[in-house]
Amino acid sequence: MNKNLRLEFTKGILKENPVLRLVLGTCPTLAITTAASNAIGMGIAATIVLVCSNAVISLTRKLIPDKVRIPAYITIIAGFVSIVQLLVKAFAPAIDQTLGIYLPLIVVNCIILGRAEMFASKNTLLPSILDGLGMGTGFTAALLCMGIIREFFGNGTFFSIPITSGFIPPVIIFILPPGGFFVFGILIAISNLISKKESIKDINCVNCPVKNSCAVIPKKENAK
Amino acid sequence: MIKALVAIFLASILTENYILNKFLGICPFLGVSKKLNTAAGMSLAVTFVMVLSTAVTWPIYTYILVPNNMVFLQTLVFILIIATLVQFIEIILRKYIPSLYKSLGIYLPLITTNCAVLGVTILVIEKGAADPSFGYIHSLVNAFGAGAGFMVAMIIFSGVRQRLESSDIPDFFKGLPITLIAASIVAVSFLGFQGVVDGLLNQ
Repeated sequence: MNKNLRLEFTKGILKENPVLRLVLGTCPTLAITTAASNAIGMGIAATIVLVCSNAVISLTRKLIPDKVRIPAYITIIAGFVSIVQLLVKAFAPAIDQTLGIYLPLIVVNCIILGRAEMFASKNTLLPSILDGLGMGTGFTAALLCMGIIREFFGNGTFFSIPITSGFIPPVIIFILPPGGFFVFGILIAISNLISKKESIKDINCVNCPVKNSCAVIPKKENAK
Repeated sequence: MIKALVAIFLASILTENYILNKFLGICPFLGVSKKLNTAAGMSLAVTFVMVLSTAVTWPIYTYILVPNNMVFLQTLVFILIIATLVQFIEIILRKYIPSLYKSLGIYLPLITTNCAVLGVTILVIEKGAADPSFGYIHSLVNAFGAGAGFMVAMIIFSGVRQRLESSDIPDFFKGLPITLIAASIVAVSFLGFQGVVDGLLNQ
């Protein structure tokens, strides 16, 4: 039992890393990773929302009728995002400034809706909380990875500490939008290289939270 | 007035492109851009929902939330409005315009959780707060421009992807990684538009 619980936590960090393996939550991953410190702020905010919404959804899973579950989940998630938004505004206005619009956009981050739909709606409280914590940690780790690489090449610093910025001119394109796509592509390629057997050939509709109501992908593929 | 609207429209397509500059709506950009017709259908549906939801959220924010000091509910109210609206559009299209439903309807469920739609409704409110002359019409034009920019990026990229299909790439780069790197190169080309809009209109 204990080992199972530990597994719920650790799977989100490497084996099912939400960003690098499940390819969810790509928008914030690309947008806010221009500096490593942004990545931590975003990661923590998303983890708080993820843990709280997973907990509430797991507790109410028998009360919410199946047909209206997606709107109900979105409402629960939006509630927690508003709370986090107010807390960040009050206690960390600098983070609020740098994350800007991406803070309220946590509502539509597919990691959170995806975990609600795939995990919390089928499991009890404790595993759901651990799953949320693990996925949040994996998300933060992936963001941090991107942030460190982009900040180092694009600005010559590590957490704002100058490393090469004095004598090597920074490659500014790394902190511009194209650099985000480029670094993310390379990271996914590396993670494909490491886990050869299950490399991601395409964006993974299997993990998409709304795949059941989606008709773009033929039903046969959905069933897989 | 007209000049300002044109500037907003062009800027939201070229310099503030939602996909390539703001990274909003990446999921459909990577997921549905494989074929030209699905890319066009998806972006038409996104444009439609963007303009409609801005048309609804802007008055609700300005005339209901602000006078009652409930601005902190913005996120919650906006996402619920968008979800309801998308559901509503789907029902109406299915009932009254089945031909349009066939071509656009299938994309609608995906759009509720598309960050570009929520993004545009929040961003126009922010712009309005920073600059009082940015009113309802400006917001609608901005939303329409954002949708048009979304479509431009999707269509360009679907062309790029069709070329990628037949090229020889290292195995671990196949699929998503090479798609992202191609997206990076398309984004570089959009960097070239920086300053173009200001230059055009301030001649």
